[in-house]
Amino acid sequence: MAKRIDVKDLDIYYGKFHAVDSVTLSVPPRSVTAFIGPSGCGKSTVLRTLNRMHEVVPGARVEGQVLLDGEDIYSSAVDPVQVRRTIGMVFQRPNPFPTMSIRDNVVAGLKLAGTKNGKKLDEIAERALRGANLWSEVKDRLNKPGGSLSGGQQQRLCIARAIAVRPDVLLMDEPCSALDPISTLAIEDLIAELKKDYTIVIVTHNMQQAARVSDQTAFFNLAGVGQPGRLVEINDTEKIFSNPSEKATEDYISGRFG
Amino acid sequence: MTSTLDETERLASPPAFQQVSPARKAKNALATVLVWLSFLIAVAPLVWVLYTVIANGIKRIPYTNWWSEDFGSVLSDEVGGGVLHAVIGTLEQGLMCAIISVPLGLLVAIYLVEYGGGSRLAKVTTFMVDILSGVPSIVAALFIYALWITTFGLPRSGFAVSLALVLLMIPVVVRSAEEMLRIVPDDLREASYALGVPKWKTIMKIVLPTALSGIIGGVMMALARVMGETAPLLVLVGYSAYVNWDLFSNGQASLPLLMNTERATNSMEPGSVGFDRIWGAALTLVIIIAVINLLATVVSRLVAPKKK
Repeated sequence: MAKRIDVKDLDIYYGKFHAVDSVTLSVPPRSVTAFIGPSGCGKSTVLRTLNRMHEVVPGARVEGQVLLDGEDIYSSAVDPVQVRRTIGMVFQRPNPFPTMSIRDNVVAGLKLAGTKNGKKLDEIAERALRGANLWSEVKDRLNKPGGSLSGGQQQRLCIARAIAVRPDVLLMDEPCSALDPISTLAIEDLIAELKKDYTIVIVTHNMQQAARVSDQTAFFNLAGVGQPGRLVEINDTEKIFSNPSEKATEDYISGRFG
Repeated sequence: MTSTLDETERLASPPAFQQVSPARKAKNALATVLVWLSFLIAVAPLVWVLYTVIANGIKRIPYTNWWSEDFGSVLSDEVGGGVLHAVIGTLEQGLMCAIISVPLGLLVAIYLVEYGGGSRLAKVTTFMVDILSGVPSIVAALFIYALWITTFGLPRSGFAVSLALVLLMIPVVVRSAEEMLRIVPDDLREASYALGVPKWKTIMKIVLPTALSGIIGGVMMALARVMGETAPLLVLVGYSAYVNWDLFSNGQASLPLLMNTERATNSMEPGSVGFDRIWGAALTLVIIIAVINLLATVVSRLVAPKKK
C-alpha cells in the first residue's frame, strides 16, 4: 500500500518567480520524512508539488520529475485528480467542511467519488476515526457538525478524512502549528502509528518535533530574499541533529540563525 | 511595616486606568451624539413611510374579498372587489424573472470566482455587469420593447415585463453570489482537491453549499427589489382589471401598475374609493415583500453551516 517517492531535479515556479531550485530526494515507503527550514525556503511548496496541489495556484508550474513507485506524476497522461486520490494531504489549519457532520466529513472523499452504500460508509468512518485516535471522543455525536469540535479534534478529523480514502502517501503541512501541546502529542503519536501503513512527509517548524517523529530529515534554505529555496541536505534524522554535514544545517538546528 | 506604607501610598495616588482627560470625554460625547443623530435621521423617513402606508392602506386589507377578487366587476367608484389579479401578476412576473435570472446570474458568478481568475473575459464580464447594474429601469424596458415588440413583433405581455426585470435582476444576483462565493475559504477548496475530488464536484458539493445561505439572501433581496419596479410595467404590458394567468398574452395587472392606473383614472381624494385602492395595493406590496424577506431569512438559516 505505501509507496516510495523519488524527486528528480525538480524546479518550482510561481509565474516567473523561481521558488525552489533543483530538488532531488527520495522518500522510502513506510517512513516519516521531515522537511525543516526557515520561513519562505520552499519546504511547503515542495510538499505541495508531491500531490500536484501546487498547480492549484494560478501560474504555478514545475520542471523535473516526481516519481511515485517509478511512475512520473507529472507526465502529460496523468490526471491530477487521480494523483490526489493516491497521495493525501493534511493542512496547517484544520479545515473540516462546515456544511457536513463529523461522519460526513470523514467519508466526504468517498461520498463525492460516488460511494453511496451508507453501511459501508459507516464502517469506513469508524475505521478512519479509530485510525486517527478520535473515535472514542466523537462516537456519540457523529451527526454533529465538524465545526463543533476543538482545534486539535478538528485536525484529527482532517487526518481521518485524509486516510478514509486509503491513500498510499500522506503529506502533512505543519499539522500541529495551530494546536496546543496536548493535541500536538496526540498527533505525533498518531504519526508514529500511521507510519506502519503509510509513507509520510511532514513539514514542521518545530525541530524537536522533526527529531521526535521522523526517520529522515531534509533541511531547506534560501540564499537571500528573492532567491530560490534549495535543499541543503537530507539524511537520517539522527545524523542531521547530531552531526550534519553542512555548516548551514548545524547553524539552523542549533538556533544560530533562522 | 513597609508593606502598610506602600499600601497607603498606592491608595493615595489616583488609579492609573481611571484617568480620562476632559478632551477625550468631550470627543466621546460628541461622537456618541453624532452617531445617534445619524441613526435617527436615517430611520425617521423609514418609519414615516411605513406609518403612512399602513395608516392609509389598512382599511381594505382585512376583507377577504380584497385577496380573492379583482376589480373587473366593480365600478371605479364602487366599494368592493380586490387585488387578486394584481397579486397574481406581480408574483408571476417576479417568479418568471427569477427563473431566468437566478441560474444565469449564478453561473456567471461561478465563472468569475472559480474559473475566470484575472482573464480578459472575466474582466470584460465584470465591467459589463457593472454597466448593467447602472442601467435605469426605463432603459431596460425600452430595450425589451425594441427587441421583443418592435423587432420580433410579439405582443405586449407580462412575459415582456419579466424579460426587462431580468436585465435589472441579473447584475444584482451576479454581484451578491460572487461576493458569497469569494468568502468561501480557499482552505475548503484545497481540502476537497486533496481528497481527489474534481473541481466541478468541489464547486457543486463543497463551495455552493457553504455559500448557499448567503446566495439565497441575495436572490430574495434582488427579487423584492424588482417586484417593486414600475417603468417596465408602464411600457411593456397593458392593465387589466380581470385576473389573467397568461404571462404571454393580453394585459396583466400587477400591484405597481394597478396603483398607477388608479392614480391616473380614479379619484385621489382621501377616503375615496381610488385612494383606498392605491394605498391598499401599496400595503399589499409591502406585505408581500416582507413575507419574501422573512422566508429568505428562514431558508438561509436552515441551510447555513451549523456550529453546534
